[in-house]
Amino acid sequence: MNGVQAIALGASAGGVTALLTVLHALPPAFRIPMLCVLHLPDDRHSHLAEVLGRRLKRPVHEARDKEDIAPGTLYVAGPGYHLSVERDHSLSLSQEERVHFSRPSIDVLFESAADAYGPGLLGVLLTGANEDGAHGLARIKQQGGRTVVQDPSQAQASTMPRAALALHQPDYILPLNGIGQLLASLEAPEC
Amino acid sequence: MSIERNTDIEIRLLIEAIYLKYSYDFRDYSGASIKRRIQYALRQFDCKTVSALQERVLHDPSMFMQLLQFLTIPVSEMFRDPEHLLAVRQEVVPLLRTWPSIKIWIAGCSTGEEVYSMAILLREEGLLERTIIYATDINPSSLEKAKQGIYSMQNMRLYAENYRKAGGRGELSDYYTAAYGNAIVDSSLRDNVTFADHSLATDSVFSETQLISCRNVLIYFNKTLQDRAFGLFHESLCHRGFLVLGSKETLDFSAYSDKFEALVKPERIYRKS
Repeated sequence: MNGVQAIALGASAGGVTALLTVLHALPPAFRIPMLCVLHLPDDRHSHLAEVLGRRLKRPVHEARDKEDIAPGTLYVAGPGYHLSVERDHSLSLSQEERVHFSRPSIDVLFESAADAYGPGLLGVLLTGANEDGAHGLARIKQQGGRTVVQDPSQAQASTMPRAALALHQPDYILPLNGIGQLLASLEAPEC
Repeated sequence: MSIERNTDIEIRLLIEAIYLKYSYDFRDYSGASIKRRIQYALRQFDCKTVSALQERVLHDPSMFMQLLQFLTIPVSEMFRDPEHLLAVRQEVVPLLRTWPSIKIWIAGCSTGEEVYSMAILLREEGLLERTIIYATDINPSSLEKAKQGIYSMQNMRLYAENYRKAGGRGELSDYYTAAYGNAIVDSSLRDNVTFADHSLATDSVFSETQLISCRNVLIYFNKTLQDRAFGLFHESLCHRGFLVLGSKETLDFSAYSDKFEALVKPERIYRKS
């Protein structure tokens, strides 16, 4: 799989463990930027970025409004705001209504990233107990990007991957370690 | 792919048409959000394409006013983010006191919850009588609601909790009357409030101010328009005046980052340097 410019990840119930399993497989020099929505309680402050950063030993930031996306960084959506990608590959936040009871919503990230990156985007949908992300993943595919769904039979919560599979046929259906290997095998485009 | 491309073209045309016909300028709003707002409006108005929506909006001003309700995002609470208002009370108010008269601009005041929160805080600090508050927004319906100051009682329990956490000195119920499931805000709170139509995208500065609060408005702007807004704020604020932003908004990526210093960074309280 060539030409992946960015990776968008979404997960809900069981998502932290799943995300750590996938991202532990990446080499330290991995340069493709990653954007992630993990459903969170609506607290004002979240320690998700710190926790992931410490465990993964790579740059992890809570996404900030109007920040440019930098190589090799994992951006996580903070609580209470949707995270979008703009056409100029900067990030933006918003407080529009919840999608699938969620803000941040995976659909919002995936749909905007699909518009911004087109065929250069890889979408990854992991474990979760609601249907957020399914439409967004289908949109990534429709815009020419590639899609990966966690094998629902092995997911801690299968509703989210099953909802995605009911809407479109992804390029890959893999268990977590398979997704990790797939990502690790990607090469960042020459800058 | 081509359907998406058409949608993008149509959205640009719609936004241009709105600007030409109604002088509302959404051209430098964040693209991802405005696209979602328009697609949401398409479903509400049962329009198949953005072009169809554009035809209706262009030929029927009342249709535009309805669309405007979707293009602006009225999310507000009284004493929203209590830690923020607590910091304003503790860190900003003692310095505000040093001015003989105070002017405050609440830019993007939406339906007024933030205006009344600020007015209550100032009254409790003994400053309301020598303060003028300018509360501005681009949405006339929101401004009308703000002027009325009538909110659903259902929300008052949350607002009262916020008020306590924000350092309130009494009870929130001291400031409203309950009637027919609504809370009617004490009208004397708005004696010194001027509600006005003002656009950060097209209008200019109208007064010198000591404090500007603009919360969860700038996230809907692109960098160009954010910088325009910061420019207006910088021009309006007096020497060492205060700028307060929403909890996820920052000056860090703006051309004005070195023209303000952070007073309480986690609460997005800045001071003109």
